[in-house]
Amino acid sequence: MTLQHYLALSAIIFSIGMTGVLVRRNLIVMFMSVELMLNAVNINLAAFSKYLNALGGQVFIVFIMAVAAAEAAVGLALIIALFKNRPTVNADELNTMNG
Amino acid sequence: MEQLGFYILAFLAIISSIFMITRENPVHSALWMLLTFFSVAGIFVQLNAEFIAAIQVLVYAGAILVLYLFVVMLLNPKSKGFIRIPFRYVLGIVASFVIFVQVLLTLQSANVIGKAGVYTQEAYKQYGNVKLFGYELFSNYLVPFEVVSIMLLVAMIGAIVLAKKD
Repeated sequence: MTLQHYLALSAIIFSIGMTGVLVRRNLIVMFMSVELMLNAVNINLAAFSKYLNALGGQVFIVFIMAVAAAEAAVGLALIIALFKNRPTVNADELNTMNG
Repeated sequence: MEQLGFYILAFLAIISSIFMITRENPVHSALWMLLTFFSVAGIFVQLNAEFIAAIQVLVYAGAILVLYLFVVMLLNPKSKGFIRIPFRYVLGIVASFVIFVQVLLTLQSANVIGKAGVYTQEAYKQYGNVKLFGYELFSNYLVPFEVVSIMLLVAMIGAIVLAKKD
């Protein structure tokens, strides 16, 4: 397996995640798509870590996982706080601050 | 054999992520995302990152996914959330596809150009991934590790403050 295989897989998953963020309007599914994009980045880091014989990439995967966990916790708390004010998770209906 | 494993895992990851973004019900999306995480964990095993594969299953599939499922079941959202305007649909897919082609064009020339490190296959065979990983994390990356722990604490406090009843 060459490096390009893993990078291509990572690019495909990243694009699918980006499509999810752009196309879906459900806030929860949009957050899930962001997790998918972070996962694609993790594949990239692991692949370069293997082919460079270095471990820095794997260490940064752990940091990215910590950031993803923090982002999920805070983002879902924000969604719950929004849901208390207006019972919807549709991003298009949350336009109160629209100028 | 290694190639066959890679193609099976990659196929599973891509198919399940496509299903994830096209399901109407967020619970179905979360379960397809679980399959994506497991396939990516398998790819990490192929890349000599056994510890990363383990925490991929523990943290992503175990903690983050359960958090999503809790929120979906707590809110029980009635809104469909799936976009019905075809124009935005097309626009989003086209934008992602352009980015994808750009990345692929860049990938054609991608290669390892840095200086090779010391963690070769022989070192993995001798010490194992977890030991080498722990050595690297607690020697060269100690300060970022502490910063990440502070960030997790802040995120925990923030989530409690945001979601509590007032």
